[in-house]
Amino acid sequence: MQEKIDIVKLGGVEEGKPKKPRPKLPRKEIACQDPKERIKNFNEVALGYTPEEAVYEAMRCLECQRPRCVVACPVHIDIPTFVGLIARGKFAEAAKDIRKYNSLPAVCGRVCPQENLCEAACILNDTNPGNPIAIGRLERFSADYLLSKENGSAEAPKITHKTPYKVAIIGSGPSGLTCAAKLAQMGHTVHLFEALHKAGGVMMYGIPEFRLPKEIVQKEINYVKSLGVKVETNCIVGKTIPMDEIMNEYDAVYIGSGAGFPNMMKIPGENLGGIYSANEFLTRVNLMRAYDFPKTATPIRKPKRGVVVGAGFTAFDVVRIMLRLGAEHAEIVYRRTRKEMPGRGEEIEHSEEEGAIIRELTNPVRFIGDENGFVKAVEVQKMELGEPDSSGRRKPIPVPNSNFIIETDLVVIAIGQTPNVLIPSNLKGLSTRWGSVINVNRETYMTTVPKVFAGGDAITGAATVILAIRAATEASRAIDTFLRDPQRKWYPPEVSEKK
Amino acid sequence: MFEIVSKKTLAENVVEMTIKAPRIAKTHKAGQFLILMNYEHSERIPLTIADSDKEKGEITIVFLVVGFSTKELAEKFNVGDEIFSVVGPLGTPTHIEKFGRVVVIGGGLGVAPIYPICKSLKEAGNEVISIIGFRSKELMFWKEKIESASSKIIVTTDDGSYGMKGFVTHALEKLHNEGEKIDRVIAIGPPIMMKNVAKMTEPWNIPTWVSLNTIMVDGTGMCGGCRLEIGGETKFVCVDGPDFDGHKVNWEEMEIRMKVYKIEEEKIKQEHQCKIGLK
Ligand SMILES: Cc1cc2nc3c(=O)[nH]c(=O)nc-3n(C[C@H](O)[C@H](O)[C@H](O)COP(=O)(O)OP(=O)(O)OC[C@H]3O[C@@H](n4cnc5c(N)ncnc54)[C@H](O)[C@@H]3O)c2cc1C
Ligand SMILES: Cc1cc2nc3c(=O)[nH]c(=O)nc-3n(C[C@H](O)[C@H](O)[C@H](O)COP(=O)(O)OP(=O)(O)OC[C@H]3O[C@@H](n4cnc5c(N)ncnc54)[C@H](O)[C@@H]3O)c2cc1C
Ligand code: SF4
Ligand code: SF4
Ligand code: FES
Repeated sequence: MQEKIDIVKLGGVEEGKPKKPRPKLPRKEIACQDPKERIKNFNEVALGYTPEEAVYEAMRCLECQRPRCVVACPVHIDIPTFVGLIARGKFAEAAKDIRKYNSLPAVCGRVCPQENLCEAACILNDTNPGNPIAIGRLERFSADYLLSKENGSAEAPKITHKTPYKVAIIGSGPSGLTCAAKLAQMGHTVHLFEALHKAGGVMMYGIPEFRLPKEIVQKEINYVKSLGVKVETNCIVGKTIPMDEIMNEYDAVYIGSGAGFPNMMKIPGENLGGIYSANEFLTRVNLMRAYDFPKTATPIRKPKRGVVVGAGFTAFDVVRIMLRLGAEHAEIVYRRTRKEMPGRGEEIEHSEEEGAIIRELTNPVRFIGDENGFVKAVEVQKMELGEPDSSGRRKPIPVPNSNFIIETDLVVIAIGQTPNVLIPSNLKGLSTRWGSVINVNRETYMTTVPKVFAGGDAITGAATVILAIRAATEASRAIDTFLRDPQRKWYPPEVSEKK
Repeated sequence: MFEIVSKKTLAENVVEMTIKAPRIAKTHKAGQFLILMNYEHSERIPLTIADSDKEKGEITIVFLVVGFSTKELAEKFNVGDEIFSVVGPLGTPTHIEKFGRVVVIGGGLGVAPIYPICKSLKEAGNEVISIIGFRSKELMFWKEKIESASSKIIVTTDDGSYGMKGFVTHALEKLHNEGEKIDRVIAIGPPIMMKNVAKMTEPWNIPTWVSLNTIMVDGTGMCGGCRLEIGGETKFVCVDGPDFDGHKVNWEEMEIRMKVYKIEEEKIKQEHQCKIGLK
């Protein structure tokens, strides 16, 4: 089914022949849509490597014996092997090799903070500073190649021996999907329940189309389904199915319900019309495709002068959406400085290219409404940085008498998410901290309730896709051990935190 | 997918639909709602579960055609068709216990959701007096059904074409003036009606509960779009409610938040006029 790739013509090396790496060459940049064009559409910004570009980049890799990049990748993808396969023209094989470690490579290749993980550790940084192997882009390239060939499913590995055990997975974000894929491959029967009408979690409702096309996410989910995982959407565990029923019917339960509850600022005027939580704004735009309104049926207010509060992944996604919805002015208001911003460097850069303004050391104190009850301005206060706080970042302190007004017609609050209380409040004996973050044993991902495991944002609070995948991978091994253990031994976390 | 097993027009622009949804039917309690999507790219619209049948695995909704999505549902979907998505039961069930004498008020479309509430209240040993109000006789529905779940029923119509002439609040005032001891009032209907009921019972010190219908997206506490100030605190109607103490609701804020998409709602109606033959 695979067409012949003329690897020599692409600049690679034939299989069996020795490779002469070219680490001194500069790293291959990825083509992007022009900023002036891309703010008029929702199509993907980074266009991906051509086969030639991918082979060029792969040829730079030293294929180290003791690769530091592999250590730094949270799921320890065998990077030299898959990069080597690309250099030899085996694009589909490269992706299949990655899937041994990560079931969602097309997603991670796009949204992983590689610059702090695998790429930060690449040895080329020592000799050719700033030019590590573009591991994420290569991962994306091979994964896209495979998905375009097999539509995500045709070549799923056959599962030969089934066990008699049934596992319920709650939530279809990266963590739930990964745990489901791994357990299915181990031969267990896996049922995955998702509250929304589409599987994918934040990958579907949060991260915008222009960073992570929804078609790609759905193809990766098709692959997980092809492993035999049964996915039931429109099913809220604790509502549609009572938690007791899940506990009675399954041998083990994995909670991957994420951190979906939006934090609000709790300042006056926050319930005015035109003020959104990031979750609502993003869900309307991404999952419900409000950008296509009125072709699709869900509306969104279009800003002229948009204000986003916060500076994480979410805030930058929101500001870029505002610009795409036609805002003349869209700004981020952040109480610390650029240096403390949790958002990824690349996202900050892309946002500014597109015209987003970043206002540092500023914090809203109240929202002001017009005569119809819609927001028309934000009153903000200048901040300065004091001593480092418990997170190690310098604490912002208000500057007295520094208030001023920013005019706006749409505000989005993007100051973080915490887990929903639905599951903790429906599962007796489940220990949590800060109200809803689930406590687990660090090694086994076991909770305080026998046969219930948890991972992803549900146990950490809002984090990253790859950390959710790592938790699920490790938890799947623990679940497998637990299921096969005749005594079903339980090692719950030692909980010292008071609720 | 969720199959429609029956469809009836109860009055002009009021449609009753029974849908196959076994999981929801099994766990539904009075006061809960569902969220429905006609097609894959439709809006998510919240509707109260007006009845459920565990054995058959079916649930019933009654809805008023007000805008694009409800019109589409009423006009394009028939028995045997499948609805893309139905999720529920959502929200906290209505608090039911033996209160004594409870007046349950349903205004217009609000008559449908009070049915399971009257039923549950009666089962819990309460004396249920129901007041149902419509603009006119032609719009009346489910009178017999509500009657079967109450010990006494009062019907009001704005134009006097049936029952008592006037609003449901007039009937409530009359009951009170006649000296009936009322232990609790539950009111469901248009926001303005619920607000007026709550304002009326406040000086009488009668606990009064209303069911709010703010704009929603997910219905699970994820978006905050349904948020509203209740007793000085922001609450998420979809999970903390939809039932709240009517004396604590910030009705002015409710009014504003219901109007957020006025312009867009008009726009989609016009845009699709030709395509699906909306009036
Ligand atoms: C806007 C935005 C941008 C981001 N960008 C990046 C990025 O670029 N890179 C990166 O690495 N990370 C990013 N993140 C963070 C990342 O998306 C999350 O850390 C990750 O998705 C967590 O995965 P999860 O599987 O734990 O949970 P989620 O992805 O949140 O999935 C949880 C799922 O569980 C479902 N669920 C919850 N409760 C129930 C229930 N009771 N019954 C059934 N289903 C339930 C939810 O509907 C949801 O689908 C971003 C986050 C946001 C919000
Ligand atoms: C908990 C709850 C229970 C409800 N129960 C019923 C019921 O049993 N029967 C019934 O007829 N209606 C009910 N509603 C109202 C119903 O959801 C709206 O009438 C419907 O969403 C309108 O959609 P539309 O596209 O036809 O109209 P639109 O043109 O979009 O809007 C018309 C009106 O409906 C309101 N509305 C629009 N979108 C939403 C939304 N997503 N959520 C809530 N309101 C919205 C608007 O404020 C507007 O005034 C309920 C609402 C809630 C929140
Ligand atoms: S999963 Fe993330 S950290 Fe691991 S190799 Fe891929 S991009 Fe790097
Ligand atoms: S450290 Fe860099 S050069 Fe070495 S294998 Fe990893 S990616 Fe290749
Ligand atoms: S509808 Fe989204 S939080 Fe209530």
